[in-house]
Amino acid sequence: MNTNDKLLEYSIPQLLRWRVKTTPKSPALREKDFGIWNTYSWEDYYAYVRKTALGLKAIGLAKGDVIAIISDNIPELLFTAIGAHSLGAISAGIYQTSMPAEIAQILQYLKVSAVFCDNQEQVDKVRDVRDQIPNVKKVIFEDPRGMRTYMSDDWFIDIKTIYEMGEKEHTRNPALFESLVDEGKPDDVCHLCLTSGTTGLPKGTLLTHKNYINMGVQLIQVDPLEPTDEYVSFLPFAWIGEQMNSFGVAMASGITLNFPESVETAMSDLKEIGPHFMFGAPRIYETIRSQIWLKIDQSYWLNKVFYNYFIKVGLKAAQYRMTGKSMPFGLSIKAWLGKQLIFRPLVNQIGFLRLRRAYTGGAALGPELFTFYQAIGVNLKQIYGQTEIVGIAYMHRDGDVRPETVGKPLPGTTCKISEDGEILSRSDSVTPGYYDLPEKSEELLEGGWLHSGDAGFIDENGHLVVIDRLSDVMHNSRDEMFSPMFLENALKFSPYIKEAVIYGNKEDFVSCLINIDPIVVGKWAEDRGISFSTYMDLSGRPEVAELIMEQVIDVNSRAEKEHFKIKRFALLYKLLDVDDGELTKTGKIRRKFVKERYQNLYEALYDESVDKKEVEASFQYQDGQSAKVKTSIQFYTVKGAK
Amino acid sequence: MAHLDISDVTLSFGGLKALSNVDMKIEPGLITSIIGPNGAGKTSMLNCISGFYHPTSGDIYYKGKKLTHASPHQVSNMGISRAFQNLELFSGLSVLDNLLLARHQNLKYSFLHAVFFYGKASRIEAENRAYVEGIIDFMELEPYRKNLVGNLSYGVQKKVEVARALTLAPDILLLDEPMAGMNQEEKEDIVRFVMDIQKERGITVVLVEHDLGVVMDISDKIYVLDFGELIGSGTPEEIAQDPKVIEAYIGED
Repeated sequence: MNTNDKLLEYSIPQLLRWRVKTTPKSPALREKDFGIWNTYSWEDYYAYVRKTALGLKAIGLAKGDVIAIISDNIPELLFTAIGAHSLGAISAGIYQTSMPAEIAQILQYLKVSAVFCDNQEQVDKVRDVRDQIPNVKKVIFEDPRGMRTYMSDDWFIDIKTIYEMGEKEHTRNPALFESLVDEGKPDDVCHLCLTSGTTGLPKGTLLTHKNYINMGVQLIQVDPLEPTDEYVSFLPFAWIGEQMNSFGVAMASGITLNFPESVETAMSDLKEIGPHFMFGAPRIYETIRSQIWLKIDQSYWLNKVFYNYFIKVGLKAAQYRMTGKSMPFGLSIKAWLGKQLIFRPLVNQIGFLRLRRAYTGGAALGPELFTFYQAIGVNLKQIYGQTEIVGIAYMHRDGDVRPETVGKPLPGTTCKISEDGEILSRSDSVTPGYYDLPEKSEELLEGGWLHSGDAGFIDENGHLVVIDRLSDVMHNSRDEMFSPMFLENALKFSPYIKEAVIYGNKEDFVSCLINIDPIVVGKWAEDRGISFSTYMDLSGRPEVAELIMEQVIDVNSRAEKEHFKIKRFALLYKLLDVDDGELTKTGKIRRKFVKERYQNLYEALYDESVDKKEVEASFQYQDGQSAKVKTSIQFYTVKGAK
Repeated sequence: MAHLDISDVTLSFGGLKALSNVDMKIEPGLITSIIGPNGAGKTSMLNCISGFYHPTSGDIYYKGKKLTHASPHQVSNMGISRAFQNLELFSGLSVLDNLLLARHQNLKYSFLHAVFFYGKASRIEAENRAYVEGIIDFMELEPYRKNLVGNLSYGVQKKVEVARALTLAPDILLLDEPMAGMNQEEKEDIVRFVMDIQKERGITVVLVEHDLGVVMDISDKIYVLDFGELIGSGTPEEIAQDPKVIEAYIGED
């Protein structure tokens, strides 16, 4: 039996204890605080988990209880989560951007008995809905700032008090914690992960210790990690994409997790750490690419000359690298030169110099982006999975990166395509079901397979290709099928387009609403002396419309089928936003909601006689206030599309 | 006893009386605001306290010690620091350097220590940095630590200005229009900081501010100046009722 199989027999706290036994002094966590990176060794990590666990026990948390976590990424969050796991209790992550009403709903649904918050912002939200959540016995906070008036109320408790209570308990009964950890079973549920909820309220996915550890173990079989490798934890903890790394990958491989000083400093902290692997939603990679283009554009002439020459070389070399073929000698010399002269310094600027692998998942990424990153020497690979299978179940192998696919299954994962074309999977990481939703769980796991709800097929190389959500695939009035997401991604590859919403279900042609990228288009306008004030103003400029028209024509020229061509579009006066409910917390479009909200624009898109319409735009600010503005919006018909 | 006792202060520039016979008492641990129309003498009052001007007549006592004729650095050493309305920062230095530099008076090591940067010098510099990092954390300036001040937005520069005054670990903080030129969100931010400065760090705050809404919300005591004369004082409720104050602000009808 090899080490990896042994790991699968542990619960997360037991695996942590095993790490302490093998490498007690190596760094496990690092947090930037007061400008300095502070390290916690595996030994420290375990000690804090012990204190927290016994402290939580002292305030009444018991096996099977649920503790919710609403916090930016800090080590204390892991102490609380794994501390709870040691007691057999279950942790649950809630997005920090959630509004009080939403938090109340989730706390009720999951029957939460304690909440961990990082600061006053989150504590106040929980306090707002206190009368709706009688089950919550304690609210634990990490940063006491601003909460001086709450101290007299014993509903609130400082994490430091929890530590003290835990320490006291440990001196009284030193064997208690170890025996609690011993009781854990790999098949116990340890975390409730909320699904992103493109439709309706989020569902709590039950995940077991084994689900997480298996995912980590299988991932590092394909892409090995060294215990000295670094990872920067900047994704929201409530998202499976972060938990799979902090619970699964880090525990299975022994890498160090680094916590940024604050959300705003994440990107500069990433640069200081220089991680060896990272994971992110497509948006992150799109944003970084835009920044690179902007920086090159603003750079001095020699840089531009080098960049423009070597990016062509890089793109050519990337084709060889991605397919694992060996390069012609001349090209490899040029590619090496390009790497030394421009790309190494360039990726160093964003902190990617030591990066061996970057993964993207959660939504599709334009094929051109893969080639771009591979060209500048960043090994960007697609993964595919879902919350219900702990994030990653399929991914590209090194030297076999095919942008149009999501790669091959991880070891131990079996894939099947159902008769309706749905992707089905089976592995040790598949969830036992949803919390308190037996019907939905049955649907999800029907016939012993995990039903993804995505349409896809397996290509001749054995790679899985994901088309779109089964429910999102559209048919035009002639019943020809097309995938809106695929067309949106084609548009979004243009640096000038930030977001696009494709319409055309049961219509004669495809049309879309487009969000321009404020930074890139703003710079473009500045360079041409086009003045503008707000995003709304910039979107309404005829010059900008012409620019976007060129982009759309370009996308149309590459359309594989005639009915994929976009015929009409309009530039939306505001960016689609999570706060307005137009995007999910992970940045996916809520199609139905967006269509209803912009119904008047939709109608105008399909009424070819309309080329201008007055609309009343309403905005919702982060503090809940809303405002209304009147504006007119133009509709454009693309030449050459039927 | 009042922390800062201003008695019968008059400041004149030639024939112009910027302040005439003003009495104020700044109580420890409170937020005291000085308000008034443009040119009422608010900033002149702060200048007198911080030693930039010296009153023509009258006296200022701080904890019983007379500082009427003290120079700015002496006032600062006594524990009264000030954030300026027009930012007084080094725009070519980073936020961190600006704050470290503000504490130069706390750096007590010899030239020789500095040359070798060993022992005392490195220890004191480390303590100094730790103190400044505490302020950066308090004012939430982490994202800007290494940015040049000149490249930052006005709202952030204002925060740096307040942070600079705080690095001196003052007993009394004089804030000269910390919210001028800010948008609503930045104002709310600064208000929260001012309240935290008073409540969590226990610093006495003297605030000169135009935004009446803010002043009424957070002050414990208000002094109203008009043409260099004190026309009213009291709690926000009392001030809101004072006919003289209403007249000075809204004018006669």
